[in-house]
Amino acid sequence: MAEATTAPAKRKLKWVGKRAPRPDGVDKVTGRAKFGADLFMSGQLVGKVLRSTLPHARIKSIDISKALALPGVKAIVTRDDFQDMASEFVPAGEMMINYKDVVRNIMAREKVLYEGHPVAAVAATNAAVARQALKLIKVEYEVLPHVIDVDEAMKPGAPLLHEDMITQGVEPAPTKPSNVAKRVQFAVGDIEAGFKKADVIVEREYHTQPVHQGYIEPHACIASVSEDGQADLWVTTQGHYVVRAHCARLLGWDISKLRVTASEIGGGFGGKTVVYLEPVALALAKKAQRPVKMVMTREEVFRASGPAPGAWVKVKIGATKDGRITAAEATMAYQAGAFQGSPVQMGCMCAFAPYDLENVKTVGFDVVTNRPKVAAYRAPGAPISEYAVECALDELADQLKIDPLDLRLKNAAKEGTRAVYGPKFGPIGMVETLEAAKNHAHYTAKLGPNQGRGVASGFWFNIGGETCASINVNEDGTVSLIIGTPDIGGSRASHAQMTAESLGIDLSKVRTIIADTSMLGYTFLTGGSRATFAGGMAANQAAGDVIKQLCSRAAKIWEIPEDAVAYEDGFVKPAGANAGKFPALSIADIAKKAGKTGGPIVGHAQINAQGAGPSLGTHIVDVEVDKETGRVSVLRYTVIQDAGKAVHPSYVEGQFQGGAVQGIGWALSEEYIYGADGRMQNAGFLDYRMPVASDVPMIDTVIVEVPNPRHPYGVRGIGETPIVPPMAAIANAIGHALGTRLYELPMSPPKVLKAIGQNEAKGQGRGH
Amino acid sequence: MSKHHVTTTINGDPVEYLCEVEQTLLDVLRDDLLMTGSKEGCASGDCGACSVTIDGRLVCSCLVLGVEAEGRRIETIEGMAKGDALHPLQQKFLDHAALQCGVCTPGFLVAAKSLLERNPNPTETEARYWLAGNLCRCTGYDKIIRAVLDAAAEMRRS
Amino acid sequence: MARVVLVGNLKQFTGGIAEFDLEAATVRQLFQRLAERYPALGPHLEEGIAVAIDGAIHQDAWLEPIGAASEVHLLPQIGGG
Repeated sequence: MAEATTAPAKRKLKWVGKRAPRPDGVDKVTGRAKFGADLFMSGQLVGKVLRSTLPHARIKSIDISKALALPGVKAIVTRDDFQDMASEFVPAGEMMINYKDVVRNIMAREKVLYEGHPVAAVAATNAAVARQALKLIKVEYEVLPHVIDVDEAMKPGAPLLHEDMITQGVEPAPTKPSNVAKRVQFAVGDIEAGFKKADVIVEREYHTQPVHQGYIEPHACIASVSEDGQADLWVTTQGHYVVRAHCARLLGWDISKLRVTASEIGGGFGGKTVVYLEPVALALAKKAQRPVKMVMTREEVFRASGPAPGAWVKVKIGATKDGRITAAEATMAYQAGAFQGSPVQMGCMCAFAPYDLENVKTVGFDVVTNRPKVAAYRAPGAPISEYAVECALDELADQLKIDPLDLRLKNAAKEGTRAVYGPKFGPIGMVETLEAAKNHAHYTAKLGPNQGRGVASGFWFNIGGETCASINVNEDGTVSLIIGTPDIGGSRASHAQMTAESLGIDLSKVRTIIADTSMLGYTFLTGGSRATFAGGMAANQAAGDVIKQLCSRAAKIWEIPEDAVAYEDGFVKPAGANAGKFPALSIADIAKKAGKTGGPIVGHAQINAQGAGPSLGTHIVDVEVDKETGRVSVLRYTVIQDAGKAVHPSYVEGQFQGGAVQGIGWALSEEYIYGADGRMQNAGFLDYRMPVASDVPMIDTVIVEVPNPRHPYGVRGIGETPIVPPMAAIANAIGHALGTRLYELPMSPPKVLKAIGQNEAKGQGRGH
Repeated sequence: MSKHHVTTTINGDPVEYLCEVEQTLLDVLRDDLLMTGSKEGCASGDCGACSVTIDGRLVCSCLVLGVEAEGRRIETIEGMAKGDALHPLQQKFLDHAALQCGVCTPGFLVAAKSLLERNPNPTETEARYWLAGNLCRCTGYDKIIRAVLDAAAEMRRS
Repeated sequence: MARVVLVGNLKQFTGGIAEFDLEAATVRQLFQRLAERYPALGPHLEEGIAVAIDGAIHQDAWLEPIGAASEVHLLPQIGGG
């Protein structure tokens, strides 16, 4: 009997690993592809949100009467249109979310907690009327003192965002409320004893600013609700099943009533894993009994959708003279924004994850401030803590006069190493990426004046999760692969490749379709670097189901036992004693007769994918510092990362390159700037400065492949790790260029100039 | 408020529309003419996702009023492929995997076409500076630049 | 008997005990036995927990078998962007 689920990675691969054409490619280069804002429905209204201009205030009253009377206004919703929700934590895209908070984030209830917090929403016949109606809504506030920074928010006497917030994770529990939602701790071994064994100790403190995911497509959706309560939602999202779950829950609807279709998605990076407009659009559409389209402006995206947190991290690392780390400690506080749930726990778990350490302790604080609630951003939590650790390691290498890659190699985690967060690693590629870095021509290339080179490594877990796949074998033997993860950057191609490989058919015979929520069972979102990993696993199992059915049909046609046939390269052949007795039947032959032999052939798989393998990476960067202006130019950049198996190498390279450049932005130019009034001052692409083409060089890539033994094709998931190393690699490069180090992101020209000034004042400039 | 009547040419076709005076060309293209290939990423001329050409000049259509199209020649992403033949830039973007999510892609293609019309043999630096008005958050620009330079080379050959 | 290790904050609900030996054939049995022994821990096992069995992390996998000599770590569930 054919078995499609045995590790095909061991056989010669025909499609997996090829730079195959992308099924959605032509639509995306011709403007045909439909993104979130590209759908129009007859009779559609325009929905707009009234947002708080205050960072912190109690809502005394909301008067919508004048706005409702405006001709063309069809519905208005406020806090009164959403049932309050009990405190209940459920797993969401990045971390646990609490519906009590979610219902308050989509529409303010007792208080507004950040500038941009929704207070009311209007559906009107056109945008001009909707905007006019917003101006007619009268909100009476009692202004409250606000707090923007973590340090301030943690001080006793700081303005409280939530008067009932008692810090979790502290024994005994505090008696007074504070802005610290949670304290988390991870510890292995005995750090005190470890530091005693150290010959050298580096202890530093690092600060980072919030950065936005920066997807080019703003949040957008269009909702329609019929008189009998059946609803449709078209939305740009990383996970339409997750959107369905949240919306149904927040609105108190049966899940079956709501069908969600994922549009093409114009970037997400974690930011499109939560709901903002969606439940509001549905509530407006129900009230108005007309479709409602809502699209955020860029300013709304900045002010009201989740950035990644800003933070401080204190790191202490001790090592012997020969470079063996004896103890490592990190304490960090992450901004959660207005509601608890920063990724600080992940930050604690990842901080030292690339290393084999006996004595480690990480402590994290989740702190609320009057900023928008943070959302996942590529490897949520990890880039911040690992930035701090990788910078401290570099100083340690300097002090020990050991090559920074050698220091990492000396302490690198390997298969069997116990991770800081408990379990032992399976096969991982840390050593392989470090060795590839050492052997790369970039590492030994000559540097000029005012130039410096930096390296840093990065770790991310990767995840699996609930995933469904169906393979419909069409009457002509072509197949449709139906999958439930939105295609954010080429996953239709990688899923089709793995399906063609598993079925042994030509790639051109496979078409990947992204299902709406009514077509397949629950499928978790595209995130956590899971889409190609888990989708590939599900598609491979669905292919196994198809093959089983094909074999059964052929056996029936030949009137021989099912176990007397074999499946190979798209053909069923008689096997064993019957070998050669009948001509082989292709998928097309069997599909043509499917109706006569029992009906259509459809393969299914519904799994909760387990066995995701961590992906480790090492980056090398050369920078040049302009000592007059403080501008840092990235001259050369190399990303080396373990992909497990690169299903589509071009899109793996693309993930490496894109993550690196987002990291360059995080390192050098991106930050949220707040005024004393608690308002964001740079809510636009002109002032929130993401890298443009002229800011960066080509990004060289090296794909390392240490296969994940738990995946049929060895896939690990590669999307998140690339954003982890850049900040430290660049900070280390600047450190080497200047002979002095910076401890704060972004390392923008004013900060670099200040560091140069301090350096020269101290007369320590290494200079070139 | 009365609407303005505009007569223009879009991708070679004569087009007439009525628009409000404050409507941008991007709004007209997307909301009234249902040509949604041009995207709105910022509405402030910073991201280039709405790039079109007017009389051969590259502009952000979010910074142009609908009424300004009167008597002009507008080219959008929808007019880039001829029949079923993709423009060499479109083909090279596919060959080089120069798009991930694809939302910035129409703007990059329109801008790159405009570059190659002016400078058929751009250096990498020239391409990077010309395209600095277009934001891409997925690719890190590497594959986009390679695709543009490769398309330029192919167009010079043919 | 499997060796069970609580990672992170979970030991707050077991009076500070982070490691113990427990007989459990599956993750669900493990959760049930833990909840019986430490009632305060029970609610925290309902959602948001990942289980590493001999190094391999499983999330929401009640039926995953646990070997007699397995090493099991309970840690916070992992998400992603």
